[in-house]
Amino acid sequence: MLGFTRAQAIGFVAMVAVIIIGPAVLYPVFLMKVLCFALFACAFNLLIGYVGLLSFGHAAYFGMGCYVTAWTAKNLGLSAELAILLGGLTGAGLGAVFGWLAIRRSGIYFAMITLALAQMVYFVCIQAPFTGGEDGIQQVPRPPLFGAISLQSDMAMYWLVAGVFLLGFLLIHRIVHSPFGQVLKAIRENEPRATSLGYRTDDYKWVAFVLSCFLSGIAGGTKALVFGIATLTDVHWTMHGEVVLMALVGGLGTVFGPVAGALILNGMENYLAQFGSWVTVTQGVIFVLCVVAFRRGVIGELAAALRLKL
Amino acid sequence: MPMSRRALLATAAATALPVRPARAEKPTLKIGVLTDLSGPYKDLAGPGAVDAARMAVEESGLAAKGINIEVLSANHQNKADVGASVAREWYDRDGVDIILEVANSGVALAVAGVTKEKNKVYINSGAATSDLTGAQCNANTIHWVYDTYMLAHSTGAAMVKTGGDSWFLIVADYAFGHALQRDSTDFVQKAGGTVLGAVRYPFPSTTDFSSFLVQGQASGAKVLGLASAGTDVINLIKQAHEFGIKMRIAGLLIFLTDVHSLGLEVSQGLTLTESFYWDLNADTRRFADKFARRQPGRRPTMVHAGVYSSGLHYLKTVGDMGLAQARADGAATVARMKATPTSDDCFGPGSIRADGRKLCPAYLFEVKKPSESKGPWDYYKLLATTPADEAFRPLSASACPLVKA
Repeated sequence: MLGFTRAQAIGFVAMVAVIIIGPAVLYPVFLMKVLCFALFACAFNLLIGYVGLLSFGHAAYFGMGCYVTAWTAKNLGLSAELAILLGGLTGAGLGAVFGWLAIRRSGIYFAMITLALAQMVYFVCIQAPFTGGEDGIQQVPRPPLFGAISLQSDMAMYWLVAGVFLLGFLLIHRIVHSPFGQVLKAIRENEPRATSLGYRTDDYKWVAFVLSCFLSGIAGGTKALVFGIATLTDVHWTMHGEVVLMALVGGLGTVFGPVAGALILNGMENYLAQFGSWVTVTQGVIFVLCVVAFRRGVIGELAAALRLKL
Repeated sequence: MPMSRRALLATAAATALPVRPARAEKPTLKIGVLTDLSGPYKDLAGPGAVDAARMAVEESGLAAKGINIEVLSANHQNKADVGASVAREWYDRDGVDIILEVANSGVALAVAGVTKEKNKVYINSGAATSDLTGAQCNANTIHWVYDTYMLAHSTGAAMVKTGGDSWFLIVADYAFGHALQRDSTDFVQKAGGTVLGAVRYPFPSTTDFSSFLVQGQASGAKVLGLASAGTDVINLIKQAHEFGIKMRIAGLLIFLTDVHSLGLEVSQGLTLTESFYWDLNADTRRFADKFARRQPGRRPTMVHAGVYSSGLHYLKTVGDMGLAQARADGAATVARMKATPTSDDCFGPGSIRADGRKLCPAYLFEVKKPSESKGPWDYYKLLATTPADEAFRPLSASACPLVKA
């Protein structure tokens, strides 16, 4: 089903089990944050891992998703699913324009164009009145799901976040293992050859880019509702740096890698918070270790050791 | 001697059992200090703020009454979501009763929202935004040391009275800078001064301020106002020194630690507002000496003083109310704190208004020349004092729903 290998199916069931048992062991709000970032990292991995496009501006789609969801939930009183969907569509809309411009170049030029456009978004967010500048949009209410189911309790919100994450995760998996995904991988391996086989590679890359941005926006919107805030942190390029780190630590081009990476990085940020400046130092050390010692990431190395596809 | 596996397990279990910590018999109160331990506010708040909270705990005398007080600290990394999730986890899982400090306006507002939701207590000392006691005020939050309105008011109005009656403003082009520009222009004009011009520079990432400084000098104004904060202000002051700008420079948000890192040679003559200076009187010096014993070679900023003073007032209120009652209802504790006059070494006698604004005098300081300074940390001379009841935004102009109701 859905193109899972046997090992992936077992991994998926294990992941679902962890998501169900998780809130009994760990703090639910922390897990919600992990799930939001896991979806964001999976969306990023869709581009870098399967199409080989290194975007440097994913924080823009994530952050604008945050802002739009927060703003519509707070000022228009939209229900939760509509607000999150609007966040996703904002990401997709931005991605459609930025991607259309950026995919005309490849490699470092592609990365720089996406970074430049994302910085423009950041400056717009500093200046635009609706974002609240450096104070951000604060005290966003959690609107009821479908206008009926209250999300005030953390556990109700948790199941919504878990549902959104699993849907996004399965969608990405389906995309990657569809004929469309096969073409994406062909482009990653050898783009001129894919062109010579008759594929319009630019169109494929553009669609993959928009899909990735859409899911980033969804992840951002969900996070805005979890915490009830949307701030400049979400659109800043350092946010993008974190998601790169998550995908890298977990394992690029693996299905479960970004999820593991999100758990590791958020766990560090959360549980090392009392050690002050050591958070950033530890993050740096882990990044160096990852690049030097295990380049395939945690899940990537595990898969290689077990000779499995994870 | 060989040992059977069963015996080994039994021994292990027997030794493991008493290791579990016995439940604390004493009633416990938990104070969380949420601050910037790694970023730009580390010096002016950071570890010193945690120590200031510990000082307040020691001096409260609650330990002698059989109340156990724990001080927790965490780094919000200047990210609102990290701050909000630490606050949530502290309230939900760790049983924290009060959060102190929280420099950075975005994080501060997020923590205020969480605190209201959980009905706990939150006293901010490090954030600048006057929204904490304005449009976004709530019944669980108190704002202690300063805010943007007070800084602009003191620096703007008091500066005019001491002869600086024509201004030119260099403004960071974002909401915070605009607010400072609007407020200080207003106060300068009300005090009888004039603002000859203003220039906005792109924020962030402007590092070369030469053209803005030259425009300021060409305006012929007596005072150059810096409506900005953080590293931008440091750069502006350094570059103004290098250009030999002959105007009086008024910084709208500068801390003692900024002056310390700039050095007197560069920062001499700078005018700024703070609500606390360690060398103000015998009481503040006593606090500073105690602080220096914990943070050797350092002097407290107004944020450190605020954490100490607010922690002390909270603990005094807890002592009056009884621990169980104070822990049960954050809003009631805050109401009680507002009803009780404050008094401590740092800010002297004071009070807390209905909107959560702590009132204290605002001092206009000038940074000394190197020749006037007697040693390290001897940096300020007092120019003017704005009394507590005039220093902050009047309640009649407040957008706080607590006041309107």
